[in-house]
Amino acid sequence: MIASGRADEQLPVIARFEVRYRNYLAPDGAINRKLPAFASDTRLLVTLYRAMVLVRAFDLKAVALQRTGRLGTYAASLGQEAVSVGVASAMREEDVLLPSYRDNAALIWRGVKLEDILLFWGGDERGNRFSGPVQDFPFCIPVGSQAPQAAGVAYAFKLRKEPRVAVCLFGDGATSKGDVWEAMNFAGVHRLPVVFVVTNNQWAISVPLRLQTASETLAQKAIAAGFIGEQVDGNDVVAMHAAAEAAIDAARNGQGPHFIEAVTYRLGDHTTADDAARYRPTEEVQARWKEEPIARLRSFLAGQNVWSKTEEERLAAECQQRIDAAVERYLAVEPRAPETMFDHLYAKLPKAYAAQRRELEGGS
Amino acid sequence: MAEVTLVEAVNLALARAMEDDPAVVVFGEDVGINGGVFRATVGLQQRFGSERVFDTPLAELLISGLCVGMAAQGLKPVGEIQFMGFIYPCIDQLVNHASRLRNRTQGRLSCPMVLRTPHGGGIRAPEHHSESTEAMLTHIPGLRVVIPSSPERAYGLLLAAIRDPDPVVFLEPTRIYRAAKGEVEDNGEALPLDVAFVLREGRDVTLISWGAMVKETLAAAETLDAEGISAEVIDLATLKPYDEDTLLGSVAKTGRCVIVHEAARTGGFGAEIAALIAERGLTSLLAPVTRVTGYDTVMPLPRLEQHYMPSVGRIVAAARKANEFS
Ligand SMILES: Cc1ncc(C[n+]2csc(CCOP(=O)(O)OP(=O)(O)O)c2C)c(N)n1
Repeated sequence: MIASGRADEQLPVIARFEVRYRNYLAPDGAINRKLPAFASDTRLLVTLYRAMVLVRAFDLKAVALQRTGRLGTYAASLGQEAVSVGVASAMREEDVLLPSYRDNAALIWRGVKLEDILLFWGGDERGNRFSGPVQDFPFCIPVGSQAPQAAGVAYAFKLRKEPRVAVCLFGDGATSKGDVWEAMNFAGVHRLPVVFVVTNNQWAISVPLRLQTASETLAQKAIAAGFIGEQVDGNDVVAMHAAAEAAIDAARNGQGPHFIEAVTYRLGDHTTADDAARYRPTEEVQARWKEEPIARLRSFLAGQNVWSKTEEERLAAECQQRIDAAVERYLAVEPRAPETMFDHLYAKLPKAYAAQRRELEGGS
Repeated sequence: MAEVTLVEAVNLALARAMEDDPAVVVFGEDVGINGGVFRATVGLQQRFGSERVFDTPLAELLISGLCVGMAAQGLKPVGEIQFMGFIYPCIDQLVNHASRLRNRTQGRLSCPMVLRTPHGGGIRAPEHHSESTEAMLTHIPGLRVVIPSSPERAYGLLLAAIRDPDPVVFLEPTRIYRAAKGEVEDNGEALPLDVAFVLREGRDVTLISWGAMVKETLAAAETLDAEGISAEVIDLATLKPYDEDTLLGSVAKTGRCVIVHEAARTGGFGAEIAALIAERGLTSLLAPVTRVTGYDTVMPLPRLEQHYMPSVGRIVAAARKANEFS
């Protein structure tokens, strides 16, 4: 890492740091480096593949629902599927996920029903009740604010001596916020069982990474907090799963926090309310399509003779069926009575608000 | 029963809560070996260990965010913000997360946290150490905002706050941390939240206050009494959700109301109470509702602060004026 050329050569060097980069699969599915042991289990790889395909199809459907007025603003994860899937698949049920608004894939992996996700983005808090692990956090909307919470969750695990890990996902824009730094700093001091994963998709709405930071990598930010930061090819789900598994296992075994910078690219708009063409040249996006994670794994699996065109077609049909059924259930959800907006405000509705609740009753 | 100061009562409540419930953890800046800059946490680390009582890095947002994460995990975090002037980085966590975690997950997760901070001026502190911006916090749905005005209520309300299943901001009146003394039985009994305390009954005028200003308000009631004006004094104690019934009931009886707070006037919590009485107590009013408050200025540095704070004289004058109507 070279910060600048201004250092006085005469002075002794008292510390040096390094950031490693992890990648196994090349964009064409070829193997770049000896695969981690788990990759010999092609069934697991196929499962990861299916999860990525499902979320891509789900995103597509969600965007279509938004366009036809049946869903609110939605943030798709087009091109970034390997990050969430790679990380979530390395977690145990009892670990706690603190996701960002774009991490649908991780939630789905953890068992959240598709209709729940639609319900939330469709404007109904009941979507956040989640059918997945009950202690997982809901999507975090204020960028980066889930990071100090993740430190709190991890502190609870450590205090109770539970072998559990908090896994916190956020975007590159979030790394500019004090929240993330404050959380990492604290996690380092207490060697907390927490893994921070930044999905570096190069853009925070229209602001490119070079305007977000002058850091050579985001991974190196962990070094200042006293723990390892590594960079991972975020379009290589094998690398993501391997990195997350190692980090989560280490955290579980008392080795403290870890930071993963997943380098990927957002191929779509920021959200359905965004038009990325305003700030991003088409050529750039087209070039990045060549690196995307799903085609990459498909090429690899096909090369291993464990995936065929027929299976691909069957999977597409399956996903479609599952998504259509979920959409149907989502659209059939009974509306909430207006007064229920008071129901979970406090554990027990304070007397002071009983009259306000009554005002809403019967829609008056 | 021992006579203790308000800050000692806070300490007693913290110790009692930690003793009773291993899920209670206390943290903040300098709360460990130093026992807090006001000594509210003194002795706790020695007694409960440095895992349950710990110094955080100097990062207020972190302190509030830790509270949310821990609370969602079933701990009972009690975070300390050293002075109210430094609570602003916590607002994000309070508004966007703590106060709505239960609602946004429809009860799946909750946030039983307490954020404590000294409140108000009058101790000749440096800039940013004398703030009383409680009104800002009372505007947040899903939160509780509590300010005790005596050692007894500090003890009982803090225990209640820690045991409450929802997030509470607990504001401790700095000016009377040591000045207020009283008998407190360390019996682990909480006082009710969301309830106002009638400290003195009266016929002619209702004086409503909270925190350190209760002291001047009670003194004003004494003076008024000598003049033949019988003042009812109410310590609001929980500002959110507040006890409308007790306030309206009192005004129905006295017909007159003076609200006293040291925070700036515009948009202060007094405005909320005045609006409540205008909406629901108008017919019992014999005089306009008035406010005796800090001015709409920045809290001045120590040389002027006593001119900013409502004085007994100002409260008495307002009550007299209210009594001239009829
Ligand atoms: C604290 C905060 N500021 C601004 C916003 C509005 N906003 C939503 S997403 C976004 C960009 C975030 O970029 P990044 O962290 O890189 O995540 P990405 O959207 O690329 O996944 C902004 C500015 C917000 N949600 N939260």
